[in-house]
Amino acid sequence: MSVIDQMKGLTFLDRPNSYIGRSVPRPNAKRLVQGRGTYVDDLRMPRLAHVAFLRSPYAHARIRGLATSAAKAAPGVIMVATGADIAKVCTPWVGVLTHFKGLKSAPQYAVAIERACWAGEAICAVVANSRAEAEDAIALIEADLEPLPVTVDMETALDPGTPIIHAELGDNLAFERTLDVGDVDGAFRDAAAVVENTFSVGRHTGVTLEPRSIIADWNEGEEKLTVYHSFQAPHMMQDIVCKHLGLPEASVRVVCKDVGGSFGIKVHIYPDEMATVALAKILKRPVKFIADRLESFVSDIHARDHRVKAKMAVSAEGEILAIEMDDLTGIGPYSVYPRTSAVEANQVVNLTGGPYKHQNYRARARVVFQNKVPMCQYRAVGHPIAVMVTEGLVDQAAAAIGMDPAEIRRRNVIRDDAHPSIAASGIKFEKLSHQQSLEKLLTMMDYDGLRKEQAELRAKGIYRGIGLAAFIEITNPSAAFYGVGGARISAQDGCTLRLNPQGGVIAAIGVTEQGQGTESVIAQVVATAVGVPMSDVRVVTGDTDATPYGGGTWACRAAGIGGEAAWQSGKALRANILEVAAVILQSTPDALDVREGKIVDKATGVERMTLAELGRVAYFRPDTLPADLKPEFVVTRHYVPKDYPFAFTNGMQASYLEVDTDTGFVKLLKHWCVEDCGTVLNPQLVDEQIRGGIVQGIGAALFEHCRYDSQGQMLNGSMADYLVPMSSEMPDMEVGHVVTPTASSELGAKGAGEAGTAGAPAAVINAINDALRPFNAHVSVQPARPEEILRALGKV
Amino acid sequence: MTPAAETHTISLIVNGERVTRAVAARMHLVDFLREQLDLTGSHLGCEHGVCGACTVQVDGIAVRGCLMLAVQADGATVVTIEGLTDSGVLADVQEAFLQRNALQCGFCTPGMLTTIAELLTVDPDPSRDTIRDAISGNYCRCTGYHAIVDAVQNVVVARRTKEAAE
Repeated sequence: MSVIDQMKGLTFLDRPNSYIGRSVPRPNAKRLVQGRGTYVDDLRMPRLAHVAFLRSPYAHARIRGLATSAAKAAPGVIMVATGADIAKVCTPWVGVLTHFKGLKSAPQYAVAIERACWAGEAICAVVANSRAEAEDAIALIEADLEPLPVTVDMETALDPGTPIIHAELGDNLAFERTLDVGDVDGAFRDAAAVVENTFSVGRHTGVTLEPRSIIADWNEGEEKLTVYHSFQAPHMMQDIVCKHLGLPEASVRVVCKDVGGSFGIKVHIYPDEMATVALAKILKRPVKFIADRLESFVSDIHARDHRVKAKMAVSAEGEILAIEMDDLTGIGPYSVYPRTSAVEANQVVNLTGGPYKHQNYRARARVVFQNKVPMCQYRAVGHPIAVMVTEGLVDQAAAAIGMDPAEIRRRNVIRDDAHPSIAASGIKFEKLSHQQSLEKLLTMMDYDGLRKEQAELRAKGIYRGIGLAAFIEITNPSAAFYGVGGARISAQDGCTLRLNPQGGVIAAIGVTEQGQGTESVIAQVVATAVGVPMSDVRVVTGDTDATPYGGGTWACRAAGIGGEAAWQSGKALRANILEVAAVILQSTPDALDVREGKIVDKATGVERMTLAELGRVAYFRPDTLPADLKPEFVVTRHYVPKDYPFAFTNGMQASYLEVDTDTGFVKLLKHWCVEDCGTVLNPQLVDEQIRGGIVQGIGAALFEHCRYDSQGQMLNGSMADYLVPMSSEMPDMEVGHVVTPTASSELGAKGAGEAGTAGAPAAVINAINDALRPFNAHVSVQPARPEEILRALGKV
Repeated sequence: MTPAAETHTISLIVNGERVTRAVAARMHLVDFLREQLDLTGSHLGCEHGVCGACTVQVDGIAVRGCLMLAVQADGATVVTIEGLTDSGVLADVQEAFLQRNALQCGFCTPGMLTTIAELLTVDPDPSRDTIRDAISGNYCRCTGYHAIVDAVQNVVVARRTKEAAE
């Protein structure tokens, strides 16, 4: 915006060819519907070798020896590498951050050397000419493993007598955080009602349809390692490869082409992937690792696994007076590198009670080691647990004082005019819209009508339930998330734009695409800011050699942070274009504008010259320009949020479902979500982020569970046994918006990718309990399988 | 000869082209299509017949490429997403997917489209429930399915309108 535009109160939405706020289709999706995407496994390269891993069958075992001679002699085998072989080129890591005071973990190797600490940890690698030959050879390795005592149950992980997984750490406690704000005891003493419960959120995992995939290629002649990776944060991977393989930055390039789903699964450092990189370095040729589905279940990070004891105090008028909660979570044997496995519990402490006005809050979170698959950040980190605990208690409190669930929320949410505000946990809100969101949701779903229908059907023996859930979501993270703790994960992002001679624009940006529509949103912003048709913008992401340094895509930052960098860059390029055009046209930059790829007279819109003509002159006939005029048609701008640690969003969800009280089956009838992600850059993309997120949350609420036995063996590690949401069980979802832009950026966009997953489980569980109310039955376990519901009903 | 080294020569028609290759007896159809013919549009999601990402047409029927051996396709006619795209039979469904954003990461999409192609052949006027039922063997982690069902419904309506006009 020029100063004049700003004085007139014009915004980007008023620009003549604004794409912002329009549901334009994604330019990069066309190749995907034609089967022309390039996922890692689709790449073809000469001398490609394939690695497969022998994985520990025990949850805890000493590796006494590996007899590998038969494997080495097997057809097609190129190399058999033990943990010690890999460690010669790849150093171990420890997943801690300094801003989580006291967080501890043990050194973790790419391939285990002395001990395997979970069933599924890689203990030996075989490289062969094909994956099949590598697997054949794996079967020939004789592993001499001594089973060790296991620590599986997080409830007893801290008990005296429980085996300590890493003796040098002294105990199995990775991290503990406590918080005590206001007069919690006084509030409980004076309450009209106190409700309490123990909530359990089971372990689940990401099940990205494209499994984790990597090809690493060390070119000795160039002294360059190129890593093709199905990953969210290429610069982070580059930095870590440099650190642990002892390579300079210039020698490592990470390329992320099409990524078949990520959801936080593909943002962590995985031992088998680091081993693949190390093997490429050793063998001086490309080496590929594609996780098969069975090993995905025991090597992709798992998520959640929380047990929360919590209680809430309310007044007779329904005012929430205080919340107290105690969270226990099991993270497997290592805190995952480099983001650590303490973040989720920390978020649960930060977010519990977040939508509400109360100022008395006591919390404790303990993070313990166990011999299970490592646990780490997955879509909506901590949010679904905090929301389930809070919203479950709110419904119990409403029932205890005889108040409608919508009414108690209406009375307690932080008022829309009360911002900026600070929650009891200390998190800061710039501006939220709980009141507007709640009323909009209730209207969208016809709350009163549904209540009437519910009552009528109940009289006929049909048990339907309505569940509400308020949520807040962390988006646009600043350096407060990881950088301050010492993790070299970029909080800022840059966007470089280049005007080409024909008038097209290339945009290279550090945020990445995994299907959310990142590249589309960036193209929309750039087209709008510069003034060109969107079809003239080509977006480049996912290449550490080609884009400005950036964090990639996680924690809802692509649109809010990457979008703003693109916006600022686009404005700067337009200014440079107008400066040159003004000289050629003997005008002034202020009197001109760029619209639809043409320089126009700003006041009348009359075309003066095309960008192609400007490009022709600037690139091919600069001799015709004045000597002191130097066209700069490449610009870069960076952006990082600074005034708030996070741009919180908010929203409300509702679930309507029917419980079969004979079988415990739940039929989802409809789901609603109203959310406020600030400026909506592309409404359809936002809605589909919400819908996809809701279904992921529903998966957690009803189906998904990594089930373990007492020896730390995962019992359902296949897609036939681990239930994911499929189309026939899923409901239609209605999405609405309230728009409260953040003032931290000009665009005002916040994130929307995790809102669905944050609130859906609580809405579904509350709806189940609403349906079960006539039976005085209650579930507080996720997933709420039919067995749990029948148990609550006293039928099993 | 070890069982792993056993090969057979197969001859089949893939996307309209006759193809003759020696394949390992244990090679799955989808691996054959991807590795030997470089038809990388068919994806591997689970390799045990649950996720549907590898769905291809064999003799006109949608099958799981990971549950069929390449040798079983000897003499068959196989069509993959590449073939469905080139022939244009799915052009309106693909366009509807783009317009409705019925895909995100796109990894399930070729299998999903192949399943939908079969559905629309069998039932040109499916209800929302029928669509949901038809794609219930194709796992999509990204979309939550709603937009896919919308896209198919949009195609059904458009095809009906077009027929009425003709």
